[in-house]
Amino acid sequence: MVPLSWYLALSAVLFTIGVIGVLIQRNVISLFMCVELMLNAVNISLIAFSRLHANVTGQLFVFIVMAVAAAEAAVGLAIIIALFRSRETLNVDEADLLKL
Amino acid sequence: MLKWIVFAPLIGAIINGLFGRRFLAHFGQKATEKLVGFIACASVGVSAALAGMVFLTRLLPLPKGERRITEHFFTWLKVGSFQADFAYLLDPLSGVYILFITGVGLLIHIYAAGYMHGDPGYYRFFCYLNLFMFMMLTLVLADNLLLLFVGWEGVGLCSYLLIGYYIKWDVAGSAAKKAFVMNRIGDFGFMIATFLVFTTFGTISFVTKNINGQEVQSFLAQVASSPTVAAGTLTAIALLFFVGATGKSAQIPLFTWLPDAMAGPTPVSALIHAATMVTAGVYLVARCSPVYVKAPTAMAVVAVIGAATAIFAATIGIAQNDIKKVLAYSTVSQLGYMFLACGVGAFVAGIFHVMTHAFFKALLFLGSGSVIHGMNNEQDMRRMGGLKKYMQITHATMFVGWLAISGFPLMSGFFSKDEILWRTWSTEALPHNWGRALWVVGAITAVITAVYMTRLMVMTFWGRERFTEARDDHHAGAGHASGGHGGGHGHHGRPHESGWLMTVPLIILAVLSIFGGYVGVPAALSMGRPNYFEDFLKPSVAQLEHATATHAAAPPAALMAQSEPHGATPAPESHGAGATAGATAGATAGATAQTAHEGGHDVETERLFTAISSVLALLGLAFGLVFFKRNPLWRAPKLLEDKYRVDEFYDATVVGPVENLSRDGLWKVVDVKIIDGLVNGVARLFAALAGALRYTQTGFARNYAAVILLGAIIVIGYFIVSVFGIRINI
Repeated sequence: MVPLSWYLALSAVLFTIGVIGVLIQRNVISLFMCVELMLNAVNISLIAFSRLHANVTGQLFVFIVMAVAAAEAAVGLAIIIALFRSRETLNVDEADLLKL
Repeated sequence: MLKWIVFAPLIGAIINGLFGRRFLAHFGQKATEKLVGFIACASVGVSAALAGMVFLTRLLPLPKGERRITEHFFTWLKVGSFQADFAYLLDPLSGVYILFITGVGLLIHIYAAGYMHGDPGYYRFFCYLNLFMFMMLTLVLADNLLLLFVGWEGVGLCSYLLIGYYIKWDVAGSAAKKAFVMNRIGDFGFMIATFLVFTTFGTISFVTKNINGQEVQSFLAQVASSPTVAAGTLTAIALLFFVGATGKSAQIPLFTWLPDAMAGPTPVSALIHAATMVTAGVYLVARCSPVYVKAPTAMAVVAVIGAATAIFAATIGIAQNDIKKVLAYSTVSQLGYMFLACGVGAFVAGIFHVMTHAFFKALLFLGSGSVIHGMNNEQDMRRMGGLKKYMQITHATMFVGWLAISGFPLMSGFFSKDEILWRTWSTEALPHNWGRALWVVGAITAVITAVYMTRLMVMTFWGRERFTEARDDHHAGAGHASGGHGGGHGHHGRPHESGWLMTVPLIILAVLSIFGGYVGVPAALSMGRPNYFEDFLKPSVAQLEHATATHAAAPPAALMAQSEPHGATPAPESHGAGATAGATAGATAGATAQTAHEGGHDVETERLFTAISSVLALLGLAFGLVFFKRNPLWRAPKLLEDKYRVDEFYDATVVGPVENLSRDGLWKVVDVKIIDGLVNGVARLFAALAGALRYTQTGFARNYAAVILLGAIIVIGYFIVSVFGIRINI
């Protein structure tokens, strides 16, 4: 059996990639994908713990996270399209209306 | 009942004040004048009728020493042992005051209804005038110092509003401010005195009160009965009250506002600045007379200030050309007489003069108003003359007023002034020489009074008609009531007599000026019958302790009886049918005893002095007639015409420095540098802080995300180190 630490290590690596991606990417779609990556990294660790403890609560969490991620994807893509239509760019640094 | 006397004018003021403008918008000027005038006069009429009724049917039938009616509405303030009630007290002193306030007030309201004809602010005027009546009645009926102070300030406010009634006229505005500020100076003294009274006696009431289940005697009774209070405290209280009185009653050094107050409409001058409000100071002194008789120093100050003011103002009055200014200075001078009387211990004589003065000075002011009205707002006497032909009623009534104020024998002013002069001569409150010196001052003032009043009559009514003459001698300094009403200045029509609304009050006041003095004929002149007025007022005011009296033990007891009528009254304790007879008998006995005590030759001396006063008055009149008939346009010495340059002196010593200090010190240093510096400094500090913090707000979403990450790492790191670290150790 694959030990728990492997799952957790994978999850941590994926999460860190996601975080770094969010911090350094400028393309809004890449940003979006990095966020999804972070969510799924968490999902992996939830599943792993669920299996370890023989408790389905963790799996239920994963379903909820997936549902939220799907909703977020829908809304987020809509925003991205709206943003692109108005600015003709996907660079987030140019969406700076709130800046002083 | 008392409350309706006071509140009737307030109701009138509220109606006119709140709805007068609507009346004007709905009914037009003419109907509004009728309506507003009716409401105002009716409210004062109700008050006057009630005052007369209460006075005759409730106050007079009481036995002599117990004539006081109190009416308690509610306890206004109660803090610890301090209690101020909203309660009224009617005793002979306030009785006399409410009678002439409402009586003269009613006549002046009626007069004003005619005088203010055509003025767009008609309703405003009557609102203020009614409000004034309310405040004045509160002042004299108040049963404690604090409520008295409410009235005191209230009449000051109304005075301010009415002096500045012609709001578009600069002179009126600054005169109003001047009056207000000078009165504040006096009020400061009043307040300090009130505080002192409370800390010394534990009450500020004029009547015995039940405070916290304890009977507390009025401070007046306490003064009279307890010898423990330090003389210095009493002197301080008396002097501070007198400071208040100098402000309200226009005495040296605070008198300069009163002549300027003539910028108000003439009925206001008559009602507020001659007949009623300015005598509030005399009322205060008379009300607190038990304090004064125990403070000889304060008495001397009052007497000297009074006499000095009398002669000072009289000499200025002789040089003025504005008819109202002459009367204003005359008022200041007569008020000086009243204080002279109070200062020599003759409080009753002072109040008597207040009353007769209210009649004849109101008459003179209203007469002058009638002249000004008839001359289309001309106030300069140099452009009058010969008006007798055109204004016969005004002339006849002014003639009466002229004789009354000059002290022509058997007119009202004669009795009161004679009484004051005699009391000054024979006073026991001051060292003998002082009394005599003050008498000389008073006598000279009496002559001057007759002279300047004669000058006024000659210049206005008799001699050559000067109003048609060329107007190129137009004097820049001459006062014109060019404020609100009329406006047609420059070409005069013929002078004309005023309407009946104005002449009827004049006639009534003239009758009062003739006969008003007969309530106070001194015993020496009426074949031993006691002076009715004095007899009536005696329970309200304190008598001097006879320092020279043979029986040393008696005076304190007598004094107590006067201040607190529940004590031993001279009248026998009889009730029912015998009460009146008993009181009369007691009074007569008292008077006889007093006459006997003073000795027979005093009556002779008093008669002699009466003769001297008559001669003085006649002398003044004769001199005035001869001199001013010959040269009515005589120019007085420049110093007199300039009013001794007192205003200039005050400007240089008080107003100027205060202004400079305010501008160069308070404004440019304290306000601009210190206060503004502080406020702006705080603002600048936060602006700088915010400027530094602004750099953290980059506007890049990823920067914020990085900060969140950093925060998350710190929190998680903390847990790993502290929480899990401990577990690992276990």
